[in-house]
Amino acid sequence: MRNKENGNPKVGAAGKAASAFVKVEGLGKRYRADQPPVFDNVSFGIDKGEFICIIGHSGCGKSTILNVLAGLEEASSGCVIMDNREVSGPSLDRGVVFQSHALLPWLTVEENIAFAVRSRHTDWSRQRIAAHAARFIEMVGLAHAAKKKPSELSGGMKQRVGIARAFSVEPKMLLMDEPFGALDALTRGVIQDELLRICTETHQTVFMITHDVDEAILLADRIFLMSNGPQARIAEIVVNTMPRDRVRETIHHDPQFYRIRNHLVDFLVRRSKSIQQAGSPVAELATTRIVRPGLEETPLSDGLCEATTNSRFTAVA
Amino acid sequence: MKASLSLRAGLLSVLLLILLVGIWHLSTATSPVSGRPAVSGAVDAEYAALMGNGPAAATDKKVDGFPTPLQFLHVAADKLADPFYDHGPNDKGVGIQLAHSLGRVALGYLIALAVAVPLGFVIGMSPLMYRALDPFIQVLKPISPLAWMPIALYTIKDSSVSGIFVIFICSIWPMLINTAFGVAGVRKDWLNVARTLEVSPLRKAFQVILPAAAPTIITGMRISMGIAWLVIVAAEMLIGGTGIGYFVWNEWNNLSLANVIFAVLLIGLVGMFLDLMFAQLQKKVTYAE
Repeated sequence: MRNKENGNPKVGAAGKAASAFVKVEGLGKRYRADQPPVFDNVSFGIDKGEFICIIGHSGCGKSTILNVLAGLEEASSGCVIMDNREVSGPSLDRGVVFQSHALLPWLTVEENIAFAVRSRHTDWSRQRIAAHAARFIEMVGLAHAAKKKPSELSGGMKQRVGIARAFSVEPKMLLMDEPFGALDALTRGVIQDELLRICTETHQTVFMITHDVDEAILLADRIFLMSNGPQARIAEIVVNTMPRDRVRETIHHDPQFYRIRNHLVDFLVRRSKSIQQAGSPVAELATTRIVRPGLEETPLSDGLCEATTNSRFTAVA
Repeated sequence: MKASLSLRAGLLSVLLLILLVGIWHLSTATSPVSGRPAVSGAVDAEYAALMGNGPAAATDKKVDGFPTPLQFLHVAADKLADPFYDHGPNDKGVGIQLAHSLGRVALGYLIALAVAVPLGFVIGMSPLMYRALDPFIQVLKPISPLAWMPIALYTIKDSSVSGIFVIFICSIWPMLINTAFGVAGVRKDWLNVARTLEVSPLRKAFQVILPAAAPTIITGMRISMGIAWLVIVAAEMLIGGTGIGYFVWNEWNNLSLANVIFAVLLIGLVGMFLDLMFAQLQKKVTYAE
């Protein structure tokens, strides 16, 4: 996705499920048999090198989807296929950045990373592991804090270590569960920039949960919008049509930015609810609309948005 | 400010000690000699000497009744001057007695450690084992270790080994329960990290679960050691032969209270050192989140 021409409407997500790197088919999760599933019939594909953000209200099952992708949780129905193999159980191929950073507090920063590296490369010598770990500590700019314990680091630094740890095992896909949720806005911005740079350099495939609309527009190639749970589903896939070289400083000057932003906010505050309230016509469940609000000239902020957005949708079975 | 606080605390401690010794001195100063009606005349003096109340008796090393602080110091100095003498089964130095007790505690405690920590790991990691073993633990835990003594003596037929068994049975529970508790309470995030990194079970046990649960385990070990040291004195009073507990009982039979007090103080000091050792260990494995 990254190397494809941006803004090209033909670079749709519609037909990609057949050839996608990660394929999710008919995923559903039901915690109790006597209650409706949290989410149902969730299907999507992710290309290699693509950055996906998923947005939705609490309780729609985003984290569960991520955990299923990671192999930490099992879905009640459906399956996940990565690289033509079904995901069953956790694997080094899918690195996870936890919201609570989950660093081992009795190890220093470099030991934490080395722990991960040794898990991937069991036959490596101590020096080689240390050198490899040092490279990734450098990458997140924490070389000066390599000998510190996590308790001596600020929240932002801890999360960077978590990111470095996930990257150090060089997974095929990176899963991030609201990695910046607990950080203040300034720190968040700095780490977002860092993440963007690292992902561009390494062509990392990323699947990330976020609540921050701006963050999603900055980072993601495509944004999955989930309706409210129970029986949540991916209601829309917003293709980010902005140029790939966008940066945080100038992104808001692009007219596309506000169109996409308004579309996302509008979805979150109004339509996510109405889609759920509309019940669950079975035929509609499998339907995910793919939209490119960035390319629309009509501003979304007027009262007609419901009507105008509908005309833009391309329904995909 | 911090230094001055510890200084003031130390001063207060010394003051309290002086106060306590002062009270002790005042309440024992009314020695048998001065406490009785004054005797006069050579015959009376001779009679008093015969009764052990003569002027010489007051300064004699052999002290009857509750000693004064000074008499106690004499006894303590004597005992410490030669702690390792061995004059037959009823007369050994306190060093030897202490070594016997410590040896029993160490042996029983180590065996308990070797059983409790692995078993605690299993219980902590497997809800099935936890539920299956819980009734046993709940029933066995509150049994006074000394209640095991007759059973141990009958089946083992060796008083010294029975003592070790009693130490084993009393120190196993805190370690077992704390290990299980610590292992079961390891943060799910850390286990998930280990899972996503495909860490082998053995490595997970030693490099994730053990360090995560170590503070709780060490706390259990510390409690166990405290209990073991409490129990050994009582156990040795029962089984006799050697050990600091036996020494206390023996000196009580000799009515040598100075020796009893000396031994009691020694038990307290050794217990404190054992506890300090574990406090150090605990400091080493504790981590800040």
